[in-house]
Amino acid sequence: MHESTPTHWDADGNLEVLTFNLDEETFAMEAVLVQEIVDLLPETIVPGASPLVGSVVNFRGKIIPIADLRLAFGMPQAEPTVDSRIVVIEMDIHGEPTAIGIRTDKVHEVATLTRDHAEEPPAVGMRWKRDFVRELVRAQDGIIVLPDLPSIFRSLSAADDHAGAPASTIH
Amino acid sequence: MSEQDPIAAFRVEAGELLDQVEQGLLDLGHRLDDRNLVDEVFRGLHTLKGSGAMFGFDALAAFTHHCETAFDRVRKGLVPATQELVAVILSAKDHMRALVDGDGAGQEAEGAAILARLQAAIEAAGGAPAGDAAPTGVAAAAATPEATGAGWQISFRLPADAMANGTNPLMLLDELRELGECHIVARTDAVPAFPDLIPTECHIGWDVTLRTSEPKSAIEDVFIFVMDDMVLTIEALAADPAPVAEAAPAVPMAAIAPPPGAVAPVAQPANDAGAAGRAATKAAGESVRVPAERLDELMDRVGELVIAQSRLSQVAGAGTDLILRSVSEEIARLAGELRDTMMVLRMVPVASLFGRFRRLVHDLSRETGKSIELATEGESTEVDKTVIERLADPLVHLIRNACDHGLETPEVRVAAGKAAVGRVLLSAHQAGGEVVITIRDDGRGIDRDRVRAKAEAQGLIQPGQVVPDQDLLQMIFHPGFSTAAQVTNLSGRGVGMDVVKRTIESLRGAIDVTSSPGQGSTVVLRIPLTLAIIDGLLIRVGSGRYVIPLAAVEECLELSLEEDLRSRGRSFITLRDRLVPFLRLREMFTTGSKPDTYQKIVVVATGAERVGLVVDQIIGSHQTVIKSMSSLHRDVATFAGATILGDGGVALILDVAQLVAIGQQQEERLRAAG
Repeated sequence: MHESTPTHWDADGNLEVLTFNLDEETFAMEAVLVQEIVDLLPETIVPGASPLVGSVVNFRGKIIPIADLRLAFGMPQAEPTVDSRIVVIEMDIHGEPTAIGIRTDKVHEVATLTRDHAEEPPAVGMRWKRDFVRELVRAQDGIIVLPDLPSIFRSLSAADDHAGAPASTIH
Repeated sequence: MSEQDPIAAFRVEAGELLDQVEQGLLDLGHRLDDRNLVDEVFRGLHTLKGSGAMFGFDALAAFTHHCETAFDRVRKGLVPATQELVAVILSAKDHMRALVDGDGAGQEAEGAAILARLQAAIEAAGGAPAGDAAPTGVAAAAATPEATGAGWQISFRLPADAMANGTNPLMLLDELRELGECHIVARTDAVPAFPDLIPTECHIGWDVTLRTSEPKSAIEDVFIFVMDDMVLTIEALAADPAPVAEAAPAVPMAAIAPPPGAVAPVAQPANDAGAAGRAATKAAGESVRVPAERLDELMDRVGELVIAQSRLSQVAGAGTDLILRSVSEEIARLAGELRDTMMVLRMVPVASLFGRFRRLVHDLSRETGKSIELATEGESTEVDKTVIERLADPLVHLIRNACDHGLETPEVRVAAGKAAVGRVLLSAHQAGGEVVITIRDDGRGIDRDRVRAKAEAQGLIQPGQVVPDQDLLQMIFHPGFSTAAQVTNLSGRGVGMDVVKRTIESLRGAIDVTSSPGQGSTVVLRIPLTLAIIDGLLIRVGSGRYVIPLAAVEECLELSLEEDLRSRGRSFITLRDRLVPFLRLREMFTTGSKPDTYQKIVVVATGAERVGLVVDQIIGSHQTVIKSMSSLHRDVATFAGATILGDGGVALILDVAQLVAIGQQQEERLRAAG
């Protein structure tokens, strides 16, 4: 069982996030992590890597991995649409700051979440891995999922074996 | 550099001086009567004392002063250099290093102990007690025992343009007279014949016998403004006022050290030792010290430029604009040259690396009681700075192994009909894009029976299994493998060789061992010259493009359709009577695409192992700027990194060592099966 990542609400119990869509669900990640939002870039598949981070792109002369969070939440892979964007974030992976491109189906807006509307994920009745979800936040038009990105990326080194199995189906 | 902390600068400089002193002392250990070495060591100590005092390292200055004073007796020939003396000064040097690094506090006792040993060594060497080798303070600097009573025999010659520069020799002589009773003889042997005489030049030298109780430094003070260019010798007079010895030699012998208080090394006038010193000073004057990270930044920029340039040439090549094309070619040439220059900037001669092993061998020799001689070759071979740094530890391991396991004790050697002194040869040379470093010893060689026994005990091979000799020797690189029957202080703990192998592989290098019983062992390291940019072969597999380091490519051949079908079951080809296993990269990378009609095989090798890689297309050679992959992809072992292509796309760089290992496993499976 992984340590879940704490959510850094500010003094007023607010959190500034960027909201985006994966499939029909709305997700959010801390706005401070976000470096840039770019159109899709030509991707190079890394054979043998987990399909969750199955490719790399050239992002301004740096080679960064592209993460497909759909796979972490059991959604099928999808063809890109006109709304698809890559959100480049920077976070610590194994202790070093790493730029990662998150593939999203649509980017919405920068919004403010409040702690009062947030709930811990329920222990039962959720179709996603509980480790991968930090908070569920009630909003006007549904639920916003705050994924636990560190936990998802940590799972890569541990879960490579079974994650590697469907590799042949993706390209 | 201007805002650099002067203390830090001093530490760097002192470190270099100490290295120099150490080298000198180690050389001196071999050639005890080499005057030049004695002078060199003395100069190093002297400069260290001077600059140490200037930067407030008083303990260092005081301690160094005592050593210098003691060593001065050797320099003057009053005491012969002995092994014991060299050893004591070496340990004194270590103490100085501790003082420089600032962790010498509270170590006065240790310093005093070293000085006591130094005193004993001087006395044992047959000299009179070195009066102030015992701690008496810096102020005693001038009061060397021979300064009292007798006086000085001075011989000097001014540079030809001295008078033109405003020096009046008469004034100098007057100043000398003020110090005591003088007997002055002019040397006119260099005065040219009248037609050639240039009256404004100074042709006369002087021999002065000065009877005084003043110290040597007082005389040096007289010449302080002209000392850099003049020829000056000052020798102590014997207490018995003998007549002036025969005229001083036309070319004066020893350059004197600058007076205490002078801070920087003063360029010494012409004689052998001085010439070396001057060369060093000159080299220092013409080089610039740059922090390594700035070089790395520059390297990154150059890498980006190379990528941008290859994009430009692609654009220019696609169009019909001749002017654009010629500009693009110009840029390509310049970028290439810039890259080469950048590479050279990062190159450091391996001498800096080899230098530190001499001390190691010296210490090992003392600890093990074996006589060991370290010979080095090809020290001027240059390697990328990063590579040098990362090579240090593996080489320490290998040299320790050679000295500890490889070489026998003198008795055993003599009994085996070998010279009592064991030899370790450390050599470097460049071969293509690689530097080859060889560590060879003439010891007993690797005991194959013991390696086999150990490998069997660890379950690496089956008892009685036939293993090729090369494979058996490679067993020593297995983790936890040590054949030393006895674990010593130096080696034999079973750590080391596997670390060596890992480090070398992380440098994209290879390691080979050969050994013949009774004759010694040879370890050969092959390391690419640089880590940042390589020549690569760009290939295509399915829709993906990949780079194979060109240095690893042996040859490329075609895999015809029928051969492809025929080899389905077994996956190896016959290449000049050798079976070479091959890997179908299309299958390995699960591209899901149909193979091209004319597939190619790229045969790659590390060391003696070869493997063929089946690819769809060979695109061509490619200047590859290596970029590392993020840690999310670190466990994908087949790739050593990635690079950006001319069209902005990304190509992954194949890790040849990994692929070869996979090929070997496949071959073994096949062998086991059939």
